[in-house]
Amino acid sequence: MSAKIQIKNFNLWYTDFHALKDVNISVEEKRITAMIGPSGCGKSTLLRAINRINDTIEGVRVNGEIIVGGKNIYSENTDVDILRRNVGMVFQRPNPFPISIYENVAFGLKVNGIASRKSVIDETVQQSLEAVLLWDDIKHKLKKSALTLTLEQQQRLCIARVIAVKPQIILLDEPCSSLDPVATQRIEELMIQLKDIYTIVIVTHNMQQAARVSRDTAFMLLGELIEFAETGKIFTNPNRKETDDYVSGRFG
Amino acid sequence: MFNKRFLSPKVSQKISYAILFCATILAIIPVSIIVFIIIKNGASAITWEFLTSMPKDGMRGGGIFPAIIGTLSIVLCAITITLPIGVCAAIYLNEYAKDNLLTRVIKLAIVNLAGVPSVVYGLFGLGIFVMFLQLGVSIVAGALTLSIMELPVIITTARGALSSVPHSFREASLSLGVSRWQTIRHVVLPNALPGILTGAILSIARVSGETAPIMFTAAAFYVPHLPKSAFDQVMALPYHLYIISTQIPNMPRNIIFGTALVLLMMVLSMSLIAIIARIYFRKRRKW
Repeated sequence: MSAKIQIKNFNLWYTDFHALKDVNISVEEKRITAMIGPSGCGKSTLLRAINRINDTIEGVRVNGEIIVGGKNIYSENTDVDILRRNVGMVFQRPNPFPISIYENVAFGLKVNGIASRKSVIDETVQQSLEAVLLWDDIKHKLKKSALTLTLEQQQRLCIARVIAVKPQIILLDEPCSSLDPVATQRIEELMIQLKDIYTIVIVTHNMQQAARVSRDTAFMLLGELIEFAETGKIFTNPNRKETDDYVSGRFG
Repeated sequence: MFNKRFLSPKVSQKISYAILFCATILAIIPVSIIVFIIIKNGASAITWEFLTSMPKDGMRGGGIFPAIIGTLSIVLCAITITLPIGVCAAIYLNEYAKDNLLTRVIKLAIVNLAGVPSVVYGLFGLGIFVMFLQLGVSIVAGALTLSIMELPVIITTARGALSSVPHSFREASLSLGVSRWQTIRHVVLPNALPGILTGAILSIARVSGETAPIMFTAAAFYVPHLPKSAFDQVMALPYHLYIISTQIPNMPRNIIFGTALVLLMMVLSMSLIAIIARIYFRKRRKW
């Protein structure tokens, strides 16, 4: 098993605030890796460092390496746009563009110039929507606004939009936090299906969710990685006391 | 101190309500009186002929067609100059500029530009466009002067429209590997466009009534024909109104008020279009 993402001695500051302290994690290929921890522990910041979407925030400084596909993404000659095409991201709140369902999925293809022939785009849109199990429900209303969909469907659409640009890694930042339990379960089932094709990293505040879907789990606290191990071990027999306290619900 | 009150809370509540309500009414009264007087004295002058024919008898008769055309051509010319520049500046300030000294100086300059009296713009336009660049008193010179005056308004409203586009749209686009500029072009601008356009319409409405900036740069006392090119002088509604109410003896009152009414309606209808557009786009917007 080769490591898909290697985070090495990674530090991040928001102006003066030291948000991530010497984090080291190896994310394996075609697995789901979860990051858990109380609010403000830096788990989302770490996730957002993997596709450098943090770059858009003023005052962010980093130190250390994140290696994706054998290359340090923080090296000078990284093409951030190509990196992000390879490392897709799904956000906490479903954020489809206020355009049609079809245009949402086709957006990355068209704007990036990956495909321009209509037949190719049509096919990719269909494949992407099928991959998130949305095609059958909406194939008759592709021209309708994406905002008419339910929240769960919107989140699926956002995943389809990412899949359409053919990434290898998908980052999910609390993807179910605005969904109800039934929708959450169905998105979890989708994640488990997708892991056969994609390497998935999920940030969640829901410990049961991490336990249900992930193979490996990282527990973070106050910007530090406390423990990183197989999910079963983290939840049943962690090495560190802080981890045990958190997963057994004594704080957080 | 707390248990001995001069007025009971209920009474003081009623009094403050009454004061606030009266202040609001006082704000409406002058507007309604102005509109009422102008309509009462000017409505009789408004005919199709008045709107579409040239002035006659030393402007004491006939219509105000050239002044309407003149004003429209100056303000439309001005907005075509300002809008692209203003939107580009707003994009730079909102999407690219880092929060450093230069940016703060630029923002301060824009705020101050908005506070410059309009007659100063007029003199500036006379000095720079009419004389130094030798554009002469012309539609172009007037439009350039007005466009500088509009610039801070356009930049400010466009920045507001750009920053009201949710950050999550930008992140969604960037995280698909779409470059920053493409994100601005394909996500931010389309969603900010309604706001930018309503801002533009409002600023057209505001400058159509300006007299001072065009007085030295574009407007003519009387031109017996319509402008043939952008380098011609034109008649303009606000300046024409100033002339017929102060410079011409025995001017029929209803023509003066009729001209004022046309100017007022022009400005109000543009504001109305902007308001309706805003309501329409707000309804369609769901985030």
